Amino acid sequence: MKIDPATFWIVLPALGLGTYLIRLSFLGVLGSRPLPLGLRRALRYTAVAILPGLVAPAVLWPAATAGQTDPARLAAACVTLAVGIATRSVIGAILAGGVTLYAVLWI
Amino acid sequence: MTPIRSPFLRGCLASAPFVIVVVPFALLFGVVATEAGLDLLQVMLFSFSVFAGASQFAAVQLMQDQAPVLIVLATSLAVNLRMVMYSVAMAPHLGAAPFGTRALMAYFLVDQSFAASQIEFERRPDQPLADKVAFFFGTVTPIAPLWFIATFAGAVVGEAIPKAYALDFAVPITFLAICAPMLRSIPHVVAAAVSIVAALVLAVMPYGTGLLIAAVLAMAAGAGTEVALNRRQGHED
Repeated sequence: MKIDPATFWIVLPALGLGTYLIRLSFLGVLGSRPLPLGLRRALRYTAVAILPGLVAPAVLWPAATAGQTDPARLAAACVTLAVGIATRSVIGAILAGGVTLYAVLWI
Repeated sequence: MTPIRSPFLRGCLASAPFVIVVVPFALLFGVVATEAGLDLLQVMLFSFSVFAGASQFAAVQLMQDQAPVLIVLATSLAVNLRMVMYSVAMAPHLGAAPFGTRALMAYFLVDQSFAASQIEFERRPDQPLADKVAFFFGTVTPIAPLWFIATFAGAVVGEAIPKAYALDFAVPITFLAICAPMLRSIPHVVAAAVSIVAALVLAVMPYGTGLLIAAVLAMAAGAGTEVALNRRQGHED
């Protein structure tokens, strides 16, 4: 589905400003002070707590196949993850996943 | 080989390897955002004002799923919360610079400039403030212009790519590729696993709220596992 322009024009400035304030927080305003340990611990896991959950439904139930689990997309996801863990290379993982996707789609 | 004296040039060199990650990532963002119905101006404004790839992809996907504005913002901003840590880590090194300089550096505080600067400042903490500032600006010099140029190229090319290329799946693949190298400790693996399972179970919840709940659970699971492991190894921190 296409993005609704009204949503976009609200999200754009708010996300831009919010992200900037996150970056500015300690460097610009709060200065050199230690973060509480509990907060530091939680922040460490933000990215890894959101991104896998964001893609999981798209891997199992892709919108492009009307929600039907698709062998090509499932295989591509597994290969991407495996290569990424094994090689620690983001680009290597993307390439391996892409090759797998097209290989299974077109064979 | 003569060592490079200029801290600015050393900064450029230190972040040069990141170019091979940044360029394809920005290209892909341009393509995906265009496919999602954004025009060239919207795509470029997005990259200029947010300048944080993972959250840009997250926002585009959620807006495409017609999630409400508040959910889109909460989720994408949560993706960027890791940058609080970057800001904390840079403050002792760059905090004495004038506010205007710090305000500008904050805009350029991205994964790559943080990673390269952190290594340098830990290795040589005693160098003058001016050198640290110059190094920091050096690290963004190869990254920022290429991020914008590649976004532009992707947006222009994106309009010409046919549906048969299954580009819908470029974003999941990219996110998985970004996550995989992060799975470097047991708590990270636990957090990712909880995130996946909870997001799938809660997928029936409306407006992407399930993902937010899954993220909170996953964060708690990661932090909790870290505490438990530390305790087992007998240190309290």
